[in-house]
Amino acid sequence: MHPVRKQRLYLVLFLVAFSSIAIGLVVYGLRGNINLFFPPAEVAAGKAPLGQSIRVGGMVVDGSIQRSEHNLEVRFELTDYAATVPVIYEGILPDLFDEGQGAVASGQLNADGVLVASEVLAKHDENYMPPEVAEALERSGASPGGNSK
Amino acid sequence: MIAEIGHFALILALGLSLCLAVVPAWGAWRRNVAAMALAPGLAIGMLVFVSISFACLATVFLQDDFSVALVANHSNSLLPDIYKFSAVWGNHEGSLLLWVLILALWTAAVAVFSSQLPLVMLARVLSVMGGVGVGFLSFSLLTSNPFARLLPGAPADGSDLNPLLQDPGLIIHPPLLYMGYVGFSVAFAFAIAALLGGRLDAAWARWSRPWTNIAWAFLSLGIMLGSWWAYYELGWGGWWFWDPVENASFMPWLAGTALVHSLAVTEKRGLFKSWTVLLAIFAFSLSLLGTFMVRSGVLTSVHAFATDPARGMYILVFLGIVVGGSLTLYALRAPAVSSRVGFAWVSRETLLLANNVVFLVATLTVLFGTLFPLIMDALGFGKYSVGPPYFNAVFVPLMALLTPFMGLGPLSRWKQDSGARWQRELLVPALVALGCAVTLPWLGGGFNLWVALAVLLAAWLVVGLARDVIIRVKRVGDLGRGLRRLAPSYWGMVLAHLGFAMALIGIVATSQYSIEHDLKMTPGDTETLAGYEFRFVALEQKRGPNYLASEAQFEVSQGGEVIARLAPQKRRYLAGGSMMTEAAIDPGLFRDLYVAMGEPVGSDGGWAIRLHYKPMVRWMWLGAIFMALGGFATVADRRYRQQRGARTAPEVAHAGAA
Repeated sequence: MHPVRKQRLYLVLFLVAFSSIAIGLVVYGLRGNINLFFPPAEVAAGKAPLGQSIRVGGMVVDGSIQRSEHNLEVRFELTDYAATVPVIYEGILPDLFDEGQGAVASGQLNADGVLVASEVLAKHDENYMPPEVAEALERSGASPGGNSK
Repeated sequence: MIAEIGHFALILALGLSLCLAVVPAWGAWRRNVAAMALAPGLAIGMLVFVSISFACLATVFLQDDFSVALVANHSNSLLPDIYKFSAVWGNHEGSLLLWVLILALWTAAVAVFSSQLPLVMLARVLSVMGGVGVGFLSFSLLTSNPFARLLPGAPADGSDLNPLLQDPGLIIHPPLLYMGYVGFSVAFAFAIAALLGGRLDAAWARWSRPWTNIAWAFLSLGIMLGSWWAYYELGWGGWWFWDPVENASFMPWLAGTALVHSLAVTEKRGLFKSWTVLLAIFAFSLSLLGTFMVRSGVLTSVHAFATDPARGMYILVFLGIVVGGSLTLYALRAPAVSSRVGFAWVSRETLLLANNVVFLVATLTVLFGTLFPLIMDALGFGKYSVGPPYFNAVFVPLMALLTPFMGLGPLSRWKQDSGARWQRELLVPALVALGCAVTLPWLGGGFNLWVALAVLLAAWLVVGLARDVIIRVKRVGDLGRGLRRLAPSYWGMVLAHLGFAMALIGIVATSQYSIEHDLKMTPGDTETLAGYEFRFVALEQKRGPNYLASEAQFEVSQGGEVIARLAPQKRRYLAGGSMMTEAAIDPGLFRDLYVAMGEPVGSDGGWAIRLHYKPMVRWMWLGAIFMALGGFATVADRRYRQQRGARTAPEVAHAGAA
């Protein structure tokens, strides 16, 4: 074979091998590391899988935040005004997390329908609403308290 | 009045950028010297008017003119002056104006410092940058006018700047980041000009290389500052979240890194020409994509100031024009500029090719992870999110794969090298690296496989570099003279690669050895973490210029001796009523101690407290600074200066020849 062509062949082989490694990594990385968003109404309707990582977002129900006296465990409820989902979280909540504000919790649903959250996200500033929450509220036909701007 | 002057200056700047986009390009096409010669003047004019506009906006912010909507929404009379100034870009409209200002700066810089370029090339480059300017100036004027008034009904006071943005890091982070983002427009403009002229040679690479290196260095600094800010300001002690907005700045950096290396091959050996052009287009397109993602509100992020579909649509169309147009041009012209020079497998070219492949694949995997949720959402498959585990699983092996090649690179020779020589040269670095990998992790508190691997790779890199420097100096014979003989571009490479090794060690060590503890503490409580005793001494109420704060006072002692007093705060900002965590950090080269307050817990005055012990976390930012310094150092190289001396050849003759 002509040396230049041989070189090109090796190059192509190298690229193919390398891209297969990369694609393999991507598939491996995606498996189990992506999670789907569910509005509370769908969770209540049983559409969300149990024991799998999901995200649930909505407004934090007024008066639903209960803190433990001894440790950092917090319970609260998220609503899209069609249904509510109870959430348990142990850790420090974000600064802008509050009752009557939008929040997204990610974690796994347990058998009692409680979301055991490993992470809770709140909006970053006064006027901002996570798009998923805004849309979920819109779909359930309720007007959110703090409007997204 | 001042706001109107600013608005008017912005309109004039748009007019000038239109002229810049059209007239010199027409001149280059028709070989009209007069039209081409207008380009530098127009570029400087654009800078003057954009600067006037920016100065006007800064003035209305400093004067608390709340009849301007932007000031009313993003500033407050209680805000310290320095934050009133940085509030100019703490919002969508103002940050866009900053974008435009920096674009005008780069354009004028090219006009001033590139007088050694053939006139026709300079005209084309500036004209492409003018075109980008038209896109962004009209975007600013049509969809996000920063000078819009709130009349009638101007509020008595403004609704304050987002407290997260009231921080010194945020004063310099956006300008540096934009210097990098927008700087790639120069590389892009050079690539397009080369495609238009059909002239893609070593000289072209030599012209565009310093610009690319500077832009890359600024981007490195900008990303580093962003990461540092997130670490001390967001209050949860993380430094990289694979947040889509971080990725938006990281992707141009990855593509830019590939570009910096492939430009080296193009300059030295005249190879990879069309590939380099493609990378330049790719890097700038990713900058635009980043701008689109950040500014369109498709993402949930601290950077998404507002959601406005019209703005997203505008940038998407602009992105389409830039990417589509330049790729079409590439498809038409690239075959004409490709090269037919060969190189052997065992050579520096191959190693740099490996660098390019790894960085490109890394860029694409990050791009995929970032766009995946947007694509799934657009196709109606539901709202997914792709988290850090994906990015870590993909990115970490790629970088581990890269480092062995990186150690070889500086030692290798262009065109043809010998495997036997590599074996001879590298036996010592390999053994030293192995030795370090087995011993050094013990210093960090126990053997850890990941840290050992990181040390192995970093030591391989550093020892290889040191050996290369020694060999080069020995060749001269005299140490002082030998060190001085080495070119700045070589030192730049050494610094940047050292920086990479430092970042590698820092990232892996802090990920593996960090100890994080969230718990409830009441004043008087003591908690021990990694041999440090954190004592919660007292809780106090403090008042700042525009906030009230609860301050927890901590005493940290080691072996009975007090080594630091830390006072994290929880602030309530008066204007918006929003809460902010202000972490307290005891920094050190080998470890950071980090304390942040959560919320009050229980009825006995307790607080949720976050205690972190973070070893070597600073190394990754130091590494990024080294990389940036390396990028800046290369520009001092003699061969870029020599050129400037040799610009006596009549420019018109060049124009005719090109």
